[in-house]
Amino acid sequence: MKETLKIINRYVPIILFGVFIVLSSAFNFKPGQIMAGSFEKAFVEMISLIPCLFIIVGLLDVWFPRERVERHIGKRAGIKGIALMVLLAMLQAGPLYGAFPVSYILYRKGAGARNIFIYLGAFSSLKVPMLGIEFGYMGWRFCIARALISLPLFIGIGFLMEYLLRHRNFEVMNPAESGDGPLQVKGC
Amino acid sequence: MTKNAIYLLTITFVLVLLSFAIDRNKTLTGIKKGIRMFVNVLFPFLNILILISVFLYFLPPDIIPKMLGSGSGFRGILIAAAVGSVSLIPGFISYPIAATAIREGATYSATAVFITTLMMVGFITLPLEMQYFGKRAAVLRNFLSFIAAIIIGLLIGYLL
Repeated sequence: MKETLKIINRYVPIILFGVFIVLSSAFNFKPGQIMAGSFEKAFVEMISLIPCLFIIVGLLDVWFPRERVERHIGKRAGIKGIALMVLLAMLQAGPLYGAFPVSYILYRKGAGARNIFIYLGAFSSLKVPMLGIEFGYMGWRFCIARALISLPLFIGIGFLMEYLLRHRNFEVMNPAESGDGPLQVKGC
Repeated sequence: MTKNAIYLLTITFVLVLLSFAIDRNKTLTGIKKGIRMFVNVLFPFLNILILISVFLYFLPPDIIPKMLGSGSGFRGILIAAAVGSVSLIPGFISYPIAATAIREGATYSATAVFITTLMMVGFITLPLEMQYFGKRAAVLRNFLSFIAAIIIGLLIGYLL
């Protein structure tokens, strides 16, 4: 059932839109033709950027496997620890809530509040696959400016979080292990 | 093809050659992995492009410049921050949206704030985040990230 729904979600919009466009051009329906025009532009842009990016991501994945970086987490303190966190985060992909379980693992490996929140910051805004897409769509100036401004800010957030949580026993829990079971959030 | 696409194609080509020269098998595995990932996101991506095309047709042409354009000032930044905080859009899909917004007249500031809040602030995922880090830490992190996003937007507007 869930699988069928997934397939419907995936293919039905494109099929409907395709039929709509064919009919629009057959009956000279102006709105449909305008939509087809902007879709074509967006599609050409996408197809000229995205395949390259994923090839780079694939190469990155084989040359810098995450597990190798993960092994060093917790062992290093100070600047090296921070750099390692940022590096590890940059090699990931996916939405932010996918990083929460990883921060639990990092916590178990000995990472403190500061480094965990630096990790989350770097994860949300410096992932290499995303930087690549940003580069393609927004140009190198926007991409580099945003990344370079973000980096010190979320390192600052890490330090600030450590300071603000200093009197509390900061810990990362794993809802998947506690009785309630994990909250399900959909998305890709 | 745009200039960016040509840069990207060149970079990819050089990287693949370099990787191939070092290790042929690893390179092939990597390329295969990349293509598999591409196929996985292809349809979600196409669906978003369809949505953008339909949306753009119905959107009055002056609404984006009015809400997020250069005349919108700090209010535009706040609107972008609010929308980015409550939406749950995967990162790779936010960029075609952002590029369209800029083409339609949004400022770099507002667009940067939208992208950053989208990535760093998750209003909808907050309950989940609380389960991992506790209420206080999760709320604090989102709040600080929200402020950081606005600072990023203001600095980008100043720089670009």
